[in-house]
Amino acid sequence: MPLAEVRDLYVRFVTREATVYAVNGVGFTVRPGEVLCILGESGSGKSVTLRALMRLLPARRTQIRGSVTVEGQNVLGMPRRALRDLRGGLVAMIFQEPMTALDPVYTVGQQIGETIRRHTGCGREAARRRALELLEMVRIPSAARRLDAYPHELSGGLRQRVMIAMALSCSPRLLLADEPTTALDATVQVQVLILLRRLQRELGMGMIFVTHDLGVAAEIADTVAVMYAGRIVESGPVGQILNAPAHPYTAGLLASTVHGQSRDRDIDAIAGSPPDMRRLPQGCSFAPRCPLRMAECRFAVPEPRFPVRGHMAACHAVAHSSPATQAAVTPTVAGSRATISAR
Amino acid sequence: MIRYILRRIVYAIPIAFGVSVVCFSLVYIAPGDPLQTVMPPDATAETIAIVKHAYGFDRPLPMQFLIWLGRVVTGDFGVSIATRRPVFLEVSEALANTALLAMFAVPLAFFTGYVMGAVAGSFAGRWIDRVVTGAAVVGVSLPNYWLGIVLVIVFAVEYMVLPATGMGPSGSTAFNLAQWSNVQFLVLPVITLAMIPIGILARTTRAAVAEVRNQDFVQTLRAKGLSEWAVTRHVLKNAMPQVMAVMGLQFGYLLGGSILVETVFTWPGSGFLLSKAIINRDVPVLQGTILVLSLVFVTTNLVVDLLQSLIDPRIRRA
Repeated sequence: MPLAEVRDLYVRFVTREATVYAVNGVGFTVRPGEVLCILGESGSGKSVTLRALMRLLPARRTQIRGSVTVEGQNVLGMPRRALRDLRGGLVAMIFQEPMTALDPVYTVGQQIGETIRRHTGCGREAARRRALELLEMVRIPSAARRLDAYPHELSGGLRQRVMIAMALSCSPRLLLADEPTTALDATVQVQVLILLRRLQRELGMGMIFVTHDLGVAAEIADTVAVMYAGRIVESGPVGQILNAPAHPYTAGLLASTVHGQSRDRDIDAIAGSPPDMRRLPQGCSFAPRCPLRMAECRFAVPEPRFPVRGHMAACHAVAHSSPATQAAVTPTVAGSRATISAR
Repeated sequence: MIRYILRRIVYAIPIAFGVSVVCFSLVYIAPGDPLQTVMPPDATAETIAIVKHAYGFDRPLPMQFLIWLGRVVTGDFGVSIATRRPVFLEVSEALANTALLAMFAVPLAFFTGYVMGAVAGSFAGRWIDRVVTGAAVVGVSLPNYWLGIVLVIVFAVEYMVLPATGMGPSGSTAFNLAQWSNVQFLVLPVITLAMIPIGILARTTRAAVAEVRNQDFVQTLRAKGLSEWAVTRHVLKNAMPQVMAVMGLQFGYLLGGSILVETVFTWPGSGFLLSKAIINRDVPVLQGTILVLSLVFVTTNLVVDLLQSLIDPRIRRA
């Protein structure tokens, strides 16, 4: 059984002025102990997808369709009480900004302890002891003293370690990480990334790691899903995606990174800009910027194609391999559906 | 923390001194002569000079100030020109009467305003928020002397369930909180006084709570699996320093007594005393009252500062 499975996920934000089509039919699975990296630029729907896994999106303005299951539990359909048990228990999340993601008027010990007491029902003292263990586990120096520190008294790297300790406090099976290294200094980024990777392996957690940084993905991912305009345009094993990208968008992303080009050459950027999520183009969302654009790209959203077994690319320009391999791994099969509408 | 407390107290001293200078000089900036009201219109220049000398009004202003300040710090505020009673007695009696009103108006206003604001802020944008915000605007906009008169007309004149003015049979000296015949005199002025602070506090609390609710850490709290109630507790604590700043100001205003409300209800409090002193040009009383009320403000602000830093440790560093 997969640890987490997302099928046909659609998320729309509805306001009086406009409807934003943030996620448009996303599907993937994460096996226990596996790290899935969702790659994409700002506004591609990667963070929204991650939040949907915990139903953390504002209920009143959000319409979610599709199915999200974690360890067989239907996340989108479960009652709120069960959802609260799931959040921080079975599934935990690390946020991008350690500066603002912690409550400024409680000590870090109180904040970690609160999570532990919420999920285990243990006493204040026991929670404090466990919080201390966790701070030591994430390698915070002089952890005992830092237990009574307020977030503003810690550096960005330490704060992110506190976030990680808090997320791991109730031994989640699935860890969601929303660009956890983006807001940190380069040297600290690497430390936090190594720490996360080590803890993920030691604890055998599944992890979904959202980032826009290809280097980070290469470092931490087992599988990669590339998102563009609310759709997964390419997915597969990390080596396959980064070494032999099939989708022109992924290829463009790779070309636009710094990897030892000569200094007098400009870095290739992808021409144009991401589409307006309120008015998506009819066919392939990437078509207006795509160097391989064909006539059909303007009319039809490309079906998933499999150049290699396990490697999916949603692009009209990609050739199919043998039909037999398709059926085995097609990620978007209509499954059980749950609808969450406005409260 | 102790260093922070000491520093705040030391900061309060020059403020208090500045306040006393302003109090003293305000009276001299205002037009008119305090002796005009006590002297008969046909008094000779010689008599006026004698009286002026007796009160010390003929000395240079800085001298008058130092003499006045020297007496003030020993608790001697001089003698009222109008009643010839010690200003200290006049002010302390009036302050006690106003404190009696504040004792009820403060909890009423703080509790009601805070709860209204917290609810509105937690449900920002929904119908309950609109109702509360609307009510708060009404509360702030109603002139309280008008509200006082309307309440008197309705409850004292039409229905005759509550007294209209004054402090009742025992007066200010033997006011008994255990007797309804005394306490009923509090009801209308307390409600009238509380109305504006309720509105102000409701709006401040709403804004603070709604703002905190939009901060990132609230999502972290939800992601931890906390219930909405537990999340709200975090939000309220974060919003508290802002709310307390406004509570401090309102506490000062209520303890200072409202000239208008106390006049409408002829309540012998500090506001009433102040208005009498202004009309009679009773300079010593005016100075004494303003000084004491200002010091109440300075002290309240000090206490609020310290309480804020107790809740939000980031304030201590500033």
